[in-house]
Amino acid sequence: MVAFNTLTLDHVGRSFGGQAALVDLTMDIHGGEFIALLGPSGCGKTTALNCLAGLLPLTTGDIRIDDQRVDTLPPEKRDFGMVFQNYALFPHMSVAKNVSFGLQMRHVGKDAMRTRVAEALAMVKLTDYAARLPGQLSGGQQQRVAIARAIVTEPRLVLMDEPLSNLDAKLRLDMRGEIRRLHQSLGLTTVYVTHDQEEALSMADRLVVLRLGHVQQIGKPTELHSNPVNYYVADFMGYRNLLDMRSTRADGRAITVAGVGIELGGVASHHTIAADEDVVAAIRPEDIRVGTGPNAFTATVEVAEYRGSGYAIDAVTSTGQTIHLLSGESHPVGAALTLTVRPERVLVYPKDPDVPVGGAAGAAPEVAP
Amino acid sequence: MSVIQQQASARRAIVGTPAQWLTWGGVALFLIFLAGVVVAPLANSFGNHWFNAWWPSGFTTKWYTGAWKDFQLRQVITVTLQVAFAVIVLSVVLGVPASYVLARKKFPGKQVLFGLFLLPVLMPPVTYGIPLATALYRVHLGGTLAGVIAANLVPAVPFVVMTMTPFIEQINPSIESAARMSGAGTGSVFTRILAPLLVPGILASCVLVLVRTVGMFELTFLVSGPTSNTLVVKLFYAMTAAGIRPQQEVDAMAVMYMLSMLVILVIALRFVNPTQLVARVRDDATD
Amino acid sequence: MSGTVATPVRPSLAHRLAERGIDRTLWLVVPGAVFIVAFFVYPFLYGLSLSLTPSGGDTCGAYSGVLASYHCFFADPFQDGWGTIGKTLRLALPAALFNVVASIPIAYQLRGKFRGKRFLQTMLVVPISLGTVLVAAGLLNFAGRSGWINRFLLLIHVIHKPLALVNNYWGVLFSLIITGFPFAFLLVSSYLSGIDPSLEQAAALMGAGWWQRFSRVLLPLLAPGLATTFMLTFVLAFSVFPSATLVGNPAGSTRVIALVAYQAYAEKFDYSLASAIAIVMGLVELLVVGLVAVWRSTLYRGSTGGKG
Repeated sequence: MVAFNTLTLDHVGRSFGGQAALVDLTMDIHGGEFIALLGPSGCGKTTALNCLAGLLPLTTGDIRIDDQRVDTLPPEKRDFGMVFQNYALFPHMSVAKNVSFGLQMRHVGKDAMRTRVAEALAMVKLTDYAARLPGQLSGGQQQRVAIARAIVTEPRLVLMDEPLSNLDAKLRLDMRGEIRRLHQSLGLTTVYVTHDQEEALSMADRLVVLRLGHVQQIGKPTELHSNPVNYYVADFMGYRNLLDMRSTRADGRAITVAGVGIELGGVASHHTIAADEDVVAAIRPEDIRVGTGPNAFTATVEVAEYRGSGYAIDAVTSTGQTIHLLSGESHPVGAALTLTVRPERVLVYPKDPDVPVGGAAGAAPEVAP
Repeated sequence: MSVIQQQASARRAIVGTPAQWLTWGGVALFLIFLAGVVVAPLANSFGNHWFNAWWPSGFTTKWYTGAWKDFQLRQVITVTLQVAFAVIVLSVVLGVPASYVLARKKFPGKQVLFGLFLLPVLMPPVTYGIPLATALYRVHLGGTLAGVIAANLVPAVPFVVMTMTPFIEQINPSIESAARMSGAGTGSVFTRILAPLLVPGILASCVLVLVRTVGMFELTFLVSGPTSNTLVVKLFYAMTAAGIRPQQEVDAMAVMYMLSMLVILVIALRFVNPTQLVARVRDDATD
Repeated sequence: MSGTVATPVRPSLAHRLAERGIDRTLWLVVPGAVFIVAFFVYPFLYGLSLSLTPSGGDTCGAYSGVLASYHCFFADPFQDGWGTIGKTLRLALPAALFNVVASIPIAYQLRGKFRGKRFLQTMLVVPISLGTVLVAAGLLNFAGRSGWINRFLLLIHVIHKPLALVNNYWGVLFSLIITGFPFAFLLVSSYLSGIDPSLEQAAALMGAGWWQRFSRVLLPLLAPGLATTFMLTFVLAFSVFPSATLVGNPAGSTRVIALVAYQAYAEKFDYSLASAIAIVMGLVELLVVGLVAVWRSTLYRGSTGGKG
């Protein structure tokens, strides 16, 4: 079912007029995998996707599928499928014509074409809309046509460029499941670009987090979620409390940090951090509890929002630093809370996100080799 | 529609403010003038005799047959059609590929190139028409059909570029990428995707070029010779040489020119909206 | 940045050019660009050099030097350069100003949808497509001494003898308004429709009356469009010469600069003088358009909240 074993990106880079948009992306994608490229706009994730698609020539590096170069092929020869952010349906062709276009380009016979288009439309539940023009469909329907068009040719690789970003919240959730289901049932290999960490975590087998064209971390959702490599990735993974603090004591991995009116014990899992350095402590709201325990500190409730499953609380420390936390019960505004967080859930990072993994925070920042 | 707008239109339906009366009065006066300008030569061209009266005494078509013969209108109309056809085809061939590049690509010198295409549209024809005519006569193109076509192309090519560039810009570039990703090569992208999408825009700029070329007086006037006059230039010559032919014959020619322009206009308005006929500005947002 | 990227191989020249947007697709622009250079830029430069090589013909024989043709145009009593420019401006400026100013209230009243809008717009395009020659033909009939206008005014005893409405300044001005007004109106309407109506509604809710809404909200947003409209109508009016010949007084009050240039070209065969006049004409026009453009650059030109 799967069309290849390994797709290798080897030092893939792209610059625009001397400005680097993507630097040294190196990774293996295994057949059948679902990879998500994650990052904010301008991080290079769309550049990476377009390089993979062949829509942008590479500045450096090469792309191989089972040791065959593909970066020298034009996009139409790569046998990839792509779903675009704005759908990019051919406005002058019916839904069926849109879907069959790729088959026509591959000179598939008439009968085979009809069955395959019907199958693809059935898969995205659009059989009744075959004769419509794209302009007559809703956003979600258009998106499903785009997906059908991308998978009908059974491409070696499906590329998706923020396909859900133009849909409303509920539809987005439905489509997430749908895409994942199609990926599994067809045995596709998928590279999916998104700026939505929830989307990436819920769909992908592995995530690639990018920042300013540089890869920050590649790993399974659970790895990234529990152990982000720097506070930038942590921010993306839902560590909403990023506290500017200073290390006061370092004992191997265990670091004590102080600042913003509190003192916490934490761990530095990726970097060597000495005492008396500027650091960022990253804590997820759900790791902070109301009550006594390790790392206890007090903060005053400022805002409490009902979230259905509980309350999202913003509390301020004595220096005015806002702390985000979740709580099962409501607390009145102005109440002084005693909060606690386990030291292994206080992640300590160098202040400079460019400090390479394993490096010392005091060293001059340099780009990873 | 919002509440305020509904109220406003309700108010307008009941009484009119003085300002509205003034506005509609101005419009009415303008339309009366326009009707007069159109109907007066029409009446005269069919009039047997019209002197110091509200209306001609008796009607005839003899001025039309006279004008047809005296002004060699068959030849003039043939020339006009040849010029219009050639200018349309050549301006599309030269202009559309250029607008594709201007719409899709960023490159050094793009602003300069854009300015180059903008200038002939902004400059009044007489200012560059005289040097152009002199240059064309120097290379022995002056007075010929080819010369008239070349002169008319000077504003027509930029006009096509100015109309087609925004049209191509609004075609989503990822549609072309999507076609490539579906396995279409350059040829297929062009014939199967781009061409069908460009047709409405090309038709629109064709009719706009047609209106402008048939109506273009100055450039044709400066470049044309006895065998390459278009209808509007012939009409101007007939009017300035008053007294040689009966005024009614001149008016008959004017009516024929007017009719052909109106036919073109009716065709044009099927493809473009009135605002596009005068300038390249944003489409009327209310349509 | 470049020093830190460890790539020993420098990308090929073609690739580096492509990064800056230079690739084979650029060939598509070449035919059009070559045409414009050959038939617009070159003739223009040719005309410039021609204007600087005096022909020494009868008309300007009395003047010498490189700038003789220009000197001749301004100093020769028959060419009367300054007078000609003045006459042209006396026609073009009032016509352009009237067309723009009259368009504002009418476009304002006619904004939004109403029955017959398309018909009205179509009626307005008719004179533009008829062109100045045909409008002149109509005006001679309609506004002549025994035309319908004079007959009507005599009939209702507003006047006692026919008014001279054509073959003078007024004839040309009428012709410039009939062809120029619809042009200005359609442009102003289109700019007006680009202004989000909810801005005016917001102003109304804040208590602004119609004049305040118009002068404080609409006009500042419309002003750049009005400046552009003025420039375009001015260019149309400035260079017109068929109507100056046909419904004006080409020997006197409507001896516009385009006409003088044409006479030098086609009647005196003094191509140097004709080119010089054409270039002076372009310069004067650029001056006026430039002044308006400078004024426009001082205005707010951002989003007007409309679609588009």
